[in-house]
Amino acid sequence: MSAQVRRTAPLRIGAGASYAGDRIEPATDLAARGALDYLVYECLAERTIALAQLERLKDASKGYNELLEERFRQALPHCRRRGTRVITSMGAANPVGAARHTARIIDELGLAPMKAAAVVGDDVLAYCLEHRDTLQVMETGEPLSALAGEIVSANAYLGAEPLVEALRRGADVILTGRVADCSLFLAAMVHEFGWAFDDWERLGRGQAAGDMVECGAIVSGGYYADPRYKDVKDLANLGFPYLIVHPDGSSEVTKLEGTGGVINRAICTEHLLYEIHDLANYITPDVVVDFSDVRLDEVGEDRVRISGVRGKPRPDQLKVSIGVKEGWIGEGEITYAGLGCLNRARLAEEVVRERLRISGVQLQELRVDYIGLNSLHGEASLPPKEPPYEVRLRFAGRAATKRDAVRLGNEVETLVGKGPCSSSLPRQYVREVLAIYSCFVPRSAVRPEVVFAEPDK
Amino acid sequence: MKRFYLREIAHARAGDKGDTSNIGVIAYKAEYFPLVLAQVTPERVRAHFRGLVKGTITRYELPQLWAINLVLEQALGGGVTRSLSLDPHGKSYSALILTLPVEVDEAMAAELDKAGRQPI
Repeated sequence: MSAQVRRTAPLRIGAGASYAGDRIEPATDLAARGALDYLVYECLAERTIALAQLERLKDASKGYNELLEERFRQALPHCRRRGTRVITSMGAANPVGAARHTARIIDELGLAPMKAAAVVGDDVLAYCLEHRDTLQVMETGEPLSALAGEIVSANAYLGAEPLVEALRRGADVILTGRVADCSLFLAAMVHEFGWAFDDWERLGRGQAAGDMVECGAIVSGGYYADPRYKDVKDLANLGFPYLIVHPDGSSEVTKLEGTGGVINRAICTEHLLYEIHDLANYITPDVVVDFSDVRLDEVGEDRVRISGVRGKPRPDQLKVSIGVKEGWIGEGEITYAGLGCLNRARLAEEVVRERLRISGVQLQELRVDYIGLNSLHGEASLPPKEPPYEVRLRFAGRAATKRDAVRLGNEVETLVGKGPCSSSLPRQYVREVLAIYSCFVPRSAVRPEVVFAEPDK
Repeated sequence: MKRFYLREIAHARAGDKGDTSNIGVIAYKAEYFPLVLAQVTPERVRAHFRGLVKGTITRYELPQLWAINLVLEQALGGGVTRSLSLDPHGKSYSALILTLPVEVDEAMAAELDKAGRQPI
């Protein structure tokens, strides 16, 4: 086992990203001024890894985050100077490729002896295909083999254990695929404080801390502002959050001085409830977190303390996220303005519906929205006090073939010249549907490994 | 009693998992929380959402944070990845819940009025 001395000083962990395309400068600012021990970039939404897998199938050297180069060129020199270690899910569907690319950046910038390592083993596609008749899909209650579309990816949510191993073996930058978001942060705490993997109380508190910042600036004012009700200072210059974690697992969340945004009890409460259903049983691969008696206290400006969290034994199985190709979505939009615009939009809807019928476009579902009236909440929308001055008409349809999805957009496009008068230019979009399902596999089906990487090219 | 939008006494954020939406509703002040508990019930939420929620609605309570968490099943048009909605994650449901009317007693109404909050 590690001869590492257990840390007694608080640990500083920054949140450098909360999705694949997140802003880069605030993360660099954290690396430069945050006196961080760790910087974590969480970059995988549910669909991201399935899309990355499709990219990798086309080109074996791809399938990891496209902003890796820019993020690391900016941040790694600061990390090297401060001794900050980096943990990130930017590896997506190709953690080894991402680690080799990182090793090259380390080389080119002269940052030796920094070492990049990949954590692999989250890809369980082969296992799932082999057991497709017995694995049950959570959303449908039927076996995996009953899904109609082509299964393109299956990734298990790994916990902190393999990341801790990578840290113990001296990795400075860890590139992963699918790992539970908060476990990216937990790995740093377990490694530094020497927590046991059955110390449920501390693991629970650590996961709560990670959960508070894994969505990045969402907890520092990034999705909060509602003028006059919830004001956010200098939103354009929004700072990313960082954690100060204590050896007992309690923590504070805060942000750098001089950045925009806000961290208070209200926003932390919003974030805590976000995506958690049963607060007594928040399931992660490492521990089941119990938030029943959580306390959030403002202990300084833009600084909130998290306490009162408990933990319970981890689940026996791991959740797997499965990407399935399920046809195409076509969309077409056009805006009508001026007196009578709503009547013209309604006539346009009738015309398009009839033309879709005449030309035999096969759609599994068609949706028509009046943007500006009720496109998000339908009949539940508050009624307008007077007729709108303009309205945007939107058609969206799901089709088995790309051709039918395109034809829907075409029928909207031809409204200019063959529909009601006085409109904007139309726009149309087509995209492939990559549906996400989930199932559970036994832990024995998932065998994570740490791979230290040499520079590519 | 006076009627106000829920927005005047609480704020909200919505999250998603598959076809399930969850909405955290948080009172701005401790004294507003009993009103949230009494009036933001699963039954009222279902009626207010006018057919958007096809499955069950469960409410979890966190009194120490003046908050409730509403979990709405079959509420995202078949799931985030298949939905044809412009808001497949239902993130704007946080704004919809805040249009729920709530009944406020005269003392609280006077306080809200002083803070520049208008009744419906």
